[in-house]
Amino acid sequence: MIDFELSPEEKAAIEAAHKFAEEFMRPISRYYDEHEHEEPEEFIQKSMGLRSQGGVFGLGVAAALRVEEFCWGDAGLMLAMPGPGLGGAAVFASGTREQIERFLKRFGEDKPCWGAMAMTEPHCGSDTAAISTTAVRENNEWVINGEKIFVTAGKRAMEKSNGLTVVWATVDKSAGRAGMKPFVVEAGTPGVKVEKQEKKLGIRASDTVTLVFDNCRIPFENILGSPEVRKVDKTDTAGFKKAMATFDATRPIIAAMAIGVARAALDFVKETLEKEGIKIRYGLPRQKLTALERDVMEMESQYKAAKMLMLRAVWMMSQFKPNNLESSMAKVKAGLAATKITQKAVEILGPLGYSRKYLVEKWMRDAKINDIFEGTGQINMLVVARRILDFTREQLK
Amino acid sequence: MISFSPTEEQQMIVNMVKQFATDEMRKVYRECDESGEIPQRLIETAWGLGLVSSCIPEAYGGAGGERSVLTGVLIAEELAWGDLAMAMHILCPSLFVLPILEMGTEEQKRKYLPMFCGAKFTAATAALIEPKFNFDPNALATTARKDGNTYILNGEKCYVPLAAESEVILVYAAENGQTQGFIVEKGTPGLEIKEREKNMGIKALATYELVLKDCRVPKENRLGGDKGCDFNRLLNCSRVALAAMAVGVAKASYEYAREYAKTRVAFGEPIASRQAIAFMLAETAIEIDATRLMAWEAAWMLDKKMDATREASLVKLYADDMVMTATDRGVQILGGHGYIRDHPVELWFRNGRGFATFDGMAMV
Repeated sequence: MIDFELSPEEKAAIEAAHKFAEEFMRPISRYYDEHEHEEPEEFIQKSMGLRSQGGVFGLGVAAALRVEEFCWGDAGLMLAMPGPGLGGAAVFASGTREQIERFLKRFGEDKPCWGAMAMTEPHCGSDTAAISTTAVRENNEWVINGEKIFVTAGKRAMEKSNGLTVVWATVDKSAGRAGMKPFVVEAGTPGVKVEKQEKKLGIRASDTVTLVFDNCRIPFENILGSPEVRKVDKTDTAGFKKAMATFDATRPIIAAMAIGVARAALDFVKETLEKEGIKIRYGLPRQKLTALERDVMEMESQYKAAKMLMLRAVWMMSQFKPNNLESSMAKVKAGLAATKITQKAVEILGPLGYSRKYLVEKWMRDAKINDIFEGTGQINMLVVARRILDFTREQLK
Repeated sequence: MISFSPTEEQQMIVNMVKQFATDEMRKVYRECDESGEIPQRLIETAWGLGLVSSCIPEAYGGAGGERSVLTGVLIAEELAWGDLAMAMHILCPSLFVLPILEMGTEEQKRKYLPMFCGAKFTAATAALIEPKFNFDPNALATTARKDGNTYILNGEKCYVPLAAESEVILVYAAENGQTQGFIVEKGTPGLEIKEREKNMGIKALATYELVLKDCRVPKENRLGGDKGCDFNRLLNCSRVALAAMAVGVAKASYEYAREYAKTRVAFGEPIASRQAIAFMLAETAIEIDATRLMAWEAAWMLDKKMDATREASLVKLYADDMVMTATDRGVQILGGHGYIRDHPVELWFRNGRGFATFDGMAMV
């Protein structure tokens, strides 16, 4: 039965997340935007208290809606919250039962702990199949060499906690995509070094670093999925596709993040207007609406449209239905909607929007990343296009 | 629990309507658009599906099915996918039946609902739109003035579907500035049905202008009697119906353009192999889904008897824009061929533009 009602437990969890965002994120939002790379220690400790409420991350509708609330609070701080993150999602999606137990257990312990994922390299971003980091098998170990950039929470995962990073490397460059495998590198492993911490446009409370692997040795069992390279021919990408399934789980979460930032801006605009006595008159014919009302209603529709697509993608995942198309749809729409909504908010609010006295300009900067990481809007559009056309990557480049 | 799965029963109805749309509507819609006529046989077959009458309680001779806006929205999309003009014709009696069913007095229900439980299509309609650019359903120029035991209606209406053949018309008019509905039976003195309108699209649907000149109806004909009606809810039920229909039209155009783009070869490969084309299609697919889900949510709220003014208005405006963009792209992707009436995309393009105008012309 089509239903949009949340259970009382889900409602309570979402409300708790909202309260947390209001009390512990909003008050320090500006500070950590202006003090990039400073560790929000107290906030991290407070976040640990959330675990009894189901944690920061998780799969399912309520978890996604909690992410929306946290990002309504502050998207950068949300990414600084301890948890398995994208690395954890990859372990969960393609690890064995033993691996899930071994790698994810730490996130349930008392000390803050982060998970990260390392894919992008200096010379390639969206073209993930072009990565040149290598993993070579030597007896019972893999030896990893290469450089990864833009690793979200990489420093917290590898230096500040007993965390882990899922690193994508090729075991056979000639095999193309089929040779690409994810490996779990735990904090404290010799041969991995955190370098350059990036200075960013937004989400500044989130650490973004370069990881350098120099003869980094990890146990053979740290490979996620099969070590075999199915080299029937170069177009056999079954392994790659399976690995990419991680994104089907994470893209709707990025969509939820985008939606949270967008709603922060939307709420602020509506509150500001209401203080001036301007109420949006829903139900009026468009010829009678003011330009301002039309703008706000458009922002609100964009928010709704993105949220509906996000909810569907998350719901499908929770029902174990394949959601590759729907998760990319949600990601495209939410990334773009949040970008547009926050930009419009700055425009509408004029001097209040552009000023660092308020948070709107920050939300505009924060929002933009959602249209870029975990697959740019364009890459996700390509995924959607191939799916609806039933085209291979050769048929639609 | 959040869920995006229709019930088994809803799915059965959707499949049935989709089958009808494919087998019947899609076979003749071009001819109908050219001739301005819909075969009566098709209308009767549709009537036989019980889409209008199924929700009429047994006490009034109906099937006693559940009244669900959500189910209505699912049906409206499929019908509009088949053809918008026919969809509006088929569902036209609902413009009268649903307000009576939801808000009519016992006497009104007893008098009028049995008319729609027969084996044959019975036309009835509603008159809301007025011929001016800034028409506002909540600020009508048509007036209703009480005079003893009667109401006197004065004003002009347009885009009244099937007005000429309707047994009864629900005329919306401003009574002391508030929109109320008034039942006007065929042949009531003072009701003049003008010539059939000529529109840019939905050409197979017969729509008319009406003139009400000191048209008197008994006071019992006020929808809901002394209590009146919850016009806002009726408007919202109409908004979600039209939004769903916009989704249906957009989907028709999108599917056609997608198949065309996969087979039309230019520069040695299908045009869909170019991102310029592929991305237009992908974006359309995303917007169609988003609009559909927004319509579902608003319909779900209406079924819960919640005030859905915000959601219904937002999705209606969004759908108006979405369907125009989608059908425009349909024409664009076919290029010169899209402009030729051998292909249906120009028809959907004309129909798509209408949604910004079609207030209250469909209801679920």
